[in-house]
Amino acid sequence: MKDSTVNKVLDYPRNAWYVAAWDHEVNRNILSRTVAGRPLAIYRTEDGQPVALADACWHRLAPLSMGKLVGRDGIQCPYHGIRYNSAGRCISMPAQETINPSATVPSFPVVERFRFVWVWVGDPTLAEPSLVPDMSQMDAAGWTGDGLTIEVACNYQLVLDNLMDLTHEEFLHGSSIGQEELSESDFVTSHTDTTVTVERWMLDIAPPPFWLKNMRDRFPGFEGNVDRWQIIHFEAPSTICIDVGVAKAGTGAPQGDRSQGVNGYVMNTITPERDRSCHYFWSFQRNYRLESQLITTQLRDGVSRVFKEDEDMLIAQQAAIDANPDYEFYSLNIDSGGMWVRRLIERRLEAEGLLPAAPVAAIAS
Amino acid sequence: MAASNSEVWQRGRIVESRALTPRIRRIVIEPSLPVKVVPGAHVDVRIRVAGEDDRRSYSIVDATADGRRIALSVLDSPRSRGGAAVMHGLREGDEIELTQPLVDFPLRIGARRYVLLAGGIGITAVSAMAVTLAAVRSDYTLVYVGRSRSEMAYVGELQALHGDRLVLHVGDEGTPLDVRALVGAIEDDTELYLCGPIRLMDAVRRAWVDAGLDAPNLRFETFGNSGWFDPQEFVVRVPALGLEATVGPNTSMLEALEAAGADMMYDCRKGECGLCEVLVLDLDGAIDHRDVFYSEREKNATGKMCCCVSRVVTQGATPVVTIQTT
Repeated sequence: MKDSTVNKVLDYPRNAWYVAAWDHEVNRNILSRTVAGRPLAIYRTEDGQPVALADACWHRLAPLSMGKLVGRDGIQCPYHGIRYNSAGRCISMPAQETINPSATVPSFPVVERFRFVWVWVGDPTLAEPSLVPDMSQMDAAGWTGDGLTIEVACNYQLVLDNLMDLTHEEFLHGSSIGQEELSESDFVTSHTDTTVTVERWMLDIAPPPFWLKNMRDRFPGFEGNVDRWQIIHFEAPSTICIDVGVAKAGTGAPQGDRSQGVNGYVMNTITPERDRSCHYFWSFQRNYRLESQLITTQLRDGVSRVFKEDEDMLIAQQAAIDANPDYEFYSLNIDSGGMWVRRLIERRLEAEGLLPAAPVAAIAS
Repeated sequence: MAASNSEVWQRGRIVESRALTPRIRRIVIEPSLPVKVVPGAHVDVRIRVAGEDDRRSYSIVDATADGRRIALSVLDSPRSRGGAAVMHGLREGDEIELTQPLVDFPLRIGARRYVLLAGGIGITAVSAMAVTLAAVRSDYTLVYVGRSRSEMAYVGELQALHGDRLVLHVGDEGTPLDVRALVGAIEDDTELYLCGPIRLMDAVRRAWVDAGLDAPNLRFETFGNSGWFDPQEFVVRVPALGLEATVGPNTSMLEALEAAGADMMYDCRKGECGLCEVLVLDLDGAIDHRDVFYSEREKNATGKMCCCVSRVVTQGATPVVTIQTT
């Protein structure tokens, strides 16, 4: 009998910064979005500060996101007109001259960074802005790019599994970035308390179509083999930035000289919505041809087509998991990155009391 | 702070009961269904007073990080409605029924500055807030007001925890609180959290309005158990129901009406929501408004009262109020 160590539907830590929205999605209209199981009403004050309130009025729990913004920083419930400020404190009630002292809705800590609005739905006393995962390529000088959001009907962990092992590119993305050298090449996995890294180099290979096009954007008319890299950086609980690129074969990229290549960063941060759904925010950033909006759009659309193949697979995988509740997961050697991710997340869940501590090994009787 | 207010009842075992002052006891409880406690939380405790099941609310003064031990502190005063005597009678090993922590007075993290103001036993509602604000390195002042140091619980502990951020005002030491001066020095984006007797609450509310400060930044909790006057016995008449009841000094008008058979509407039972409002048809005495539902203007009009907390008083004979219920 198998003693399974792999959670098929993983819970999510609450004490974490999750992306609630792109910066441009947060404005003077109210956005309704669920983050880590908590429905939120998200908007921006007239002063430009992002706000995330619980999307349920104190009075009868009507969704505030159906209401309207009032004054400099307030919101009005659509049902009985109760108004709150951005701190979640009631500022007026209908048909009475006073305000009930207990009338508040939770206002969750929010940070705007790396083109995203991040929210912390757990213990607010732990919400240190310095804990926002590093996605600096999103808006650092010398980088440009753009991305989209995918609403995926699967447990967020399946997306993390997907991104931590890129061997699947060979099979799922054969027409764009896949090639057989992916599963033939070695990779190196390492980890810390909060990060996991998987590094893979493929030397002197023919570039797949996506990378040949990128090389020609930078080196018009380029022909020949390349050295290709994928360095996957995971930061707990659910951000993965992948350093990807190719350089002319033998020009020293593995030793650190990438001047004869093209470099991108696939920025991914996965926000659990509920147990079987997530908001997958991604962007493809690059550090060459910064002036070309054409390339930005081409890359965004190209990656978007690739990710549609992932999305279809993830939805089908979740459906198969749910249709086979009595079957367990088994693991392959290529899962080492994904398995470290699971372990780091499970440790956080244990610390939050959301996962029973791993049982001690059963004693044979 | 996500405040969950689902009422979950559980058992609790008393593991400590000791006197902090001649009238205040610290009672430490091990609940059977422990949960993490957030600042501003209270528990409701089931008690029996005069043969009747009843409940009282007590702030959680402090708790272990896992919530397996929570501490209450209970003042026994002549105005107590019987709960304090029951609570003071508890001893190590006794069991009680209580709710999991409830939060009607959540501390919001993230204000630029805080003033926590406690009058007397009101320290129980704000001391955990002060600990949290210290832990997240917020800018806060804890102002603690009392009549005499011998009646003020936790002064030594608070001094050790908060140093210069603790400001004491002690009546018999000649350092009473000047409410106007305190409120006058408060800046726009300061949140004030207040728990204390109604005289202090009313004075702060009035000063807050006069100073033109933002009403939502004044936050307070009242369990509806203090008034401008000592409670005295009074008579309530409800002609439409052909009913008359005597309200003893240790029961509420709402309880007396329910005991007399009136089908009363209510919700919070602590003077906040206004659902228990009755119309005053005739009054022989004065209303001691103990609620926070009516504005100053409405209280002066004397046409209505919140019967869950408010009372009627006179100088001489038994006061009488004639009312109409909903």
